[in-house]
Amino acid sequence: MSYIPGQPVTAVVQRIEIQKLRDGDNLILGFSIGGGIDQDPGQNPFSEDKTDKGIYVTRVSKGGPADVAGLMTGDKIMQVNGWDMTMVTHDQARKRLTKKNEDVVRLLVTRKSLEDVVRQSMMPH
Amino acid sequence: MDTESVHSGHSHHSRGSNRHSERSRDRHKPRSRDGSNRSDRNVTTGTPSAGTGALDQTPAGTDPQDDNWAETTTAVTGTSDHSLSQEDLAGFAKVIEGPGPLGRGRLARLLPLGLTLLLGLLVLLTPLAFLALPQLLWADRLQACGTACEGLFLSLAFKLLVLLLAGWALFVRRPRAALPRLAVFRALLALLTLLLLLSYWLFFGVRILDSQDVNYQGIVQFAVSLVDTLLFTHYLAVVLLEVRQLQSCFSLCVIRSTDGETRHYNLGQLSIQRAALVVLERYYSDFSVHNSALLTAAKSRTAKYLADLKVYSVDGPSSDGAASQSRAKMAAAARHRDTSHNELYYEEADHERRVRKRRARLVVAVEEAFTHVRRLQEEEKKKPPGDVLDPREAAQAVFPSMARALQKYLRTTRQQHCHSMESIQQHLAFCITHSMTPKAFLESYLNPGPTLQYGCGGPQALQWTLVCEASVTSPLRDGTEFQLRNADFSLVVSTKALPSLKLTEEYVHPKSHKFVLLLQSETSI
Repeated sequence: MSYIPGQPVTAVVQRIEIQKLRDGDNLILGFSIGGGIDQDPGQNPFSEDKTDKGIYVTRVSKGGPADVAGLMTGDKIMQVNGWDMTMVTHDQARKRLTKKNEDVVRLLVTRKSLEDVVRQSMMPH
Repeated sequence: MDTESVHSGHSHHSRGSNRHSERSRDRHKPRSRDGSNRSDRNVTTGTPSAGTGALDQTPAGTDPQDDNWAETTTAVTGTSDHSLSQEDLAGFAKVIEGPGPLGRGRLARLLPLGLTLLLGLLVLLTPLAFLALPQLLWADRLQACGTACEGLFLSLAFKLLVLLLAGWALFVRRPRAALPRLAVFRALLALLTLLLLLSYWLFFGVRILDSQDVNYQGIVQFAVSLVDTLLFTHYLAVVLLEVRQLQSCFSLCVIRSTDGETRHYNLGQLSIQRAALVVLERYYSDFSVHNSALLTAAKSRTAKYLADLKVYSVDGPSSDGAASQSRAKMAAAARHRDTSHNELYYEEADHERRVRKRRARLVVAVEEAFTHVRRLQEEEKKKPPGDVLDPREAAQAVFPSMARALQKYLRTTRQQHCHSMESIQQHLAFCITHSMTPKAFLESYLNPGPTLQYGCGGPQALQWTLVCEASVTSPLRDGTEFQLRNADFSLVVSTKALPSLKLTEEYVHPKSHKFVLLLQSETSI
């Protein structure tokens, strides 16, 4: 998931649709995020490139909506409902994910294993 | 040319009040004849004892006209002094300090003093003469002047007093050394003063005495103006002689030729001879004492391993002759040198170990000796417990127990000629008096101190020769090099100009220090 500055970022992504769970007054998604352009990228355990300031999934609670939808820890979130998540602050990311008037969030996430699979499938047997 | 003048002075013993202002320079002039003129540029700096005084050829008690005096007695004239050879100088140097009161040296020293006195007297008396002469000569016709005159009298008196004190402060000082050449600034200042006095006398003579001026207030004002001008000349003297060299612009590197000990000093704009003087003064208090025994010991240790090789031709006279012999010698020497460092290393290590062993024994002995001596307490003073000793006796009583260890240590480090038994006992008494610890007592034996600590070692030690390629009254420049030669070693001095620095400012607003925290926060959603 490295990127060349100035070139468009390309990645193999998976579309994940999470239904938010209503818990009283809150809508919970069941995972935790870390990262953002205002955070320290060197401490991110999931990124390959330690200068990557994107939003990463750090924890998925078992049995929660995100787990059910197929989100895994270490995924990098590229888009949420069409909004870009590669260059946002941590707080902006949180806000985009927890909008009260949305019941469903459609994420585009990427992980290393996706790329490997695609590459393997493209290799001539 | 911006040369600096020096206080080659001698004797301005403050005979008290009669000296003012700029007096002169030429004290050292006679000094310049002090022999050992090997070349035009070798001049001797020294404080000769009375016996070694120069063969002074200037007439004593000359007139205060400085200009001639300056030219006729300039230093090194080369050929004329070759009659005073090295042996004569050595012979003089051996003479003990018993002064012949009117030996040549004494006379040479008294001469500038006399001139100074004369000039000072002249300066003091001239305004008073200006005031007194009209009163004496045509008192009846003088206009009486009232309070204005009295004010002027007062100001005159105080200004003269200030001039007196200032001149005493600036010029009446014990001369530190005799310098080889004319102190140019001092000569110029004395000349200026004389010129000033002469012109005032001229005016006085023509305008006042001849025409018998009756306006006394005018005469008093004339005298006051003279004193003002003299005060300003004194200000000039202060600036030229004292203030100008305060700002440092050169860095001098002084290296001792025998053991390479190096120091760096910062100096201002001075002439070479004056810079040499400063360097010598700092030498006596900064450099550790020159120990020739140490050097010969080191040399003898290494000499064994670098001895010359002799080449013998076994096969009869060879065809190549000298060339092959020298080649063989060089090859053998090269091979030999490869292994000699080994022996040198072990020899040095051995010596180190020996010194440390002796030192440990010495420290223990001295500490034990010091435990035997205790200061008499207050309450014991009424009934003394035993013998009550004064410091010298206490030192003498305690000394034998450490004497042997100390002597052995001094022998190993080859310092035994620097310390006599008398001086050691004196030092011990000194330490006991001031309740010092044994470590404090030992400090002066374990580390060699500055040269001044050991006394001055006789008149030869104070005789230095300034060897320089440029004229010694020329100012210091970047890259000047000169040498100060002593009987045993020489100090090589090289000059470097201090760089001119450029300092720029950057303003930092006190509120401009802001910080952000870089965290890795995790939000659960």
